[in-house]
Amino acid sequence: MSIVVEHLEKRFGSRTVLRDFSLQVNGPLVIMGPSGCGKTTLLRILMGLESPDEGTVTGVERVGAVFQENRLCPQLTAAGNIVLTGGDPQNAEAELRALGFGDKDLALPSVRLSGGQKRRAALLRALLCPQAGTLLLDEPFTGMDAELVAQAAGTIRRLAGERDTVLVTHDENAAALLGWPVVQMHPYQDS
Amino acid sequence: MVVWQLAAMALGHGGLFLSTPVQTLQALAVQFPTAQFWHRIAFSALRILAGFVLALVGGLVLGAAGARWHTVRVLLGPPMQLIRAMPVASFVILALLWVSSANLSVVVSFTHVLPVIYAGVMGGIADTDPQLLEMARVYRLPLSKRLRYIWLPGVFPSLSESCIAAMGMCWKSGVSAEVIGLPDHSVGDALYRAKITLSTPDVFAWTLVIVLLSALLSAVAARGLRWLKTRLCGEVKAP
Repeated sequence: MSIVVEHLEKRFGSRTVLRDFSLQVNGPLVIMGPSGCGKTTLLRILMGLESPDEGTVTGVERVGAVFQENRLCPQLTAAGNIVLTGGDPQNAEAELRALGFGDKDLALPSVRLSGGQKRRAALLRALLCPQAGTLLLDEPFTGMDAELVAQAAGTIRRLAGERDTVLVTHDENAAALLGWPVVQMHPYQDS
Repeated sequence: MVVWQLAAMALGHGGLFLSTPVQTLQALAVQFPTAQFWHRIAFSALRILAGFVLALVGGLVLGAAGARWHTVRVLLGPPMQLIRAMPVASFVILALLWVSSANLSVVVSFTHVLPVIYAGVMGGIADTDPQLLEMARVYRLPLSKRLRYIWLPGVFPSLSESCIAAMGMCWKSGVSAEVIGLPDHSVGDALYRAKITLSTPDVFAWTLVIVLLSALLSAVAARGLRWLKTRLCGEVKAP
């Protein structure tokens, strides 16, 4: 099933963020664009957290999401956060290890993890959510160095599979590593 | 202790107006091994703690309802404010019309603690991380998981503070009620009897017992709540 976005319009007060925006997502996709062009707003509409002022969105299944912020339960470990949304504990631990988590990191509550570790945990929470038919990933490479970005991109490619995925990033290298179709978004400007 | 001893010696009259620490400890030593002493403590503690537990349950339910429904919040606001502002003595005299003196401390400690717990729960719910709640909505977490891993950890800090403060308050209000209502075998009754027989060391000894019990139970409440938080909101178990 594909996600179809038609003639989307979203305003915040007098500021128009999206205007007559249409998109079809059939499998994985990368969206790139400058700050303020409405990428995060688009993802929040797809997540059902914002309502569009005009236009329609269809085909979004249960969502696995990486938000702009990590949004991990601070008292739970990285694996605990993944299990919370339905992930398999053994699988969670193995994938966390593959992304650089050691025994000590696995035992820590997420509040005590570094920014990059929290980001990786948030990313795996989305990818390992078994019910998620749609993946919406907002800047998932934030706080990662080049080596980790390459590893994370490989993990995303492998675990996302053929699910409808919208990944927002401003990192051209990461987009190239993913090798997915890229859509450029441009900021809306009143003429 | 030194200042207390010196002040008592300066006032003189054999500790009639201010008993010395030694006289207080001696009075306590006389009471301590008697069954009557422990009976009074058990009598008062059970009733005051019953009032506290009822207020905790009521505060949790009403606080959650108040946070969820604006109408409940509007309806409960004035009575909660009224109870907070009302002197204990006025409330005790009114409560004596409705309940027996033996159960007075249950009602009085309940009503004085309820607004504190209610405010603590409301504050805790307001402090719960809205970003985590959005995450739960997107991932469609079931209510049980939202409660356990998001709402409870959000509410706990504010609730713990309220409980610790409320534990001290319920002892003060409960014993005040007993001093006015004079139920037999209560700590308040013992305090009153010590006062009318001008046994100042006994007044001090019972006051010391009340302060120690209040501090002890506040510490137990704090530790118990920490334990409960770890047990309830800790690591997710695999299904």
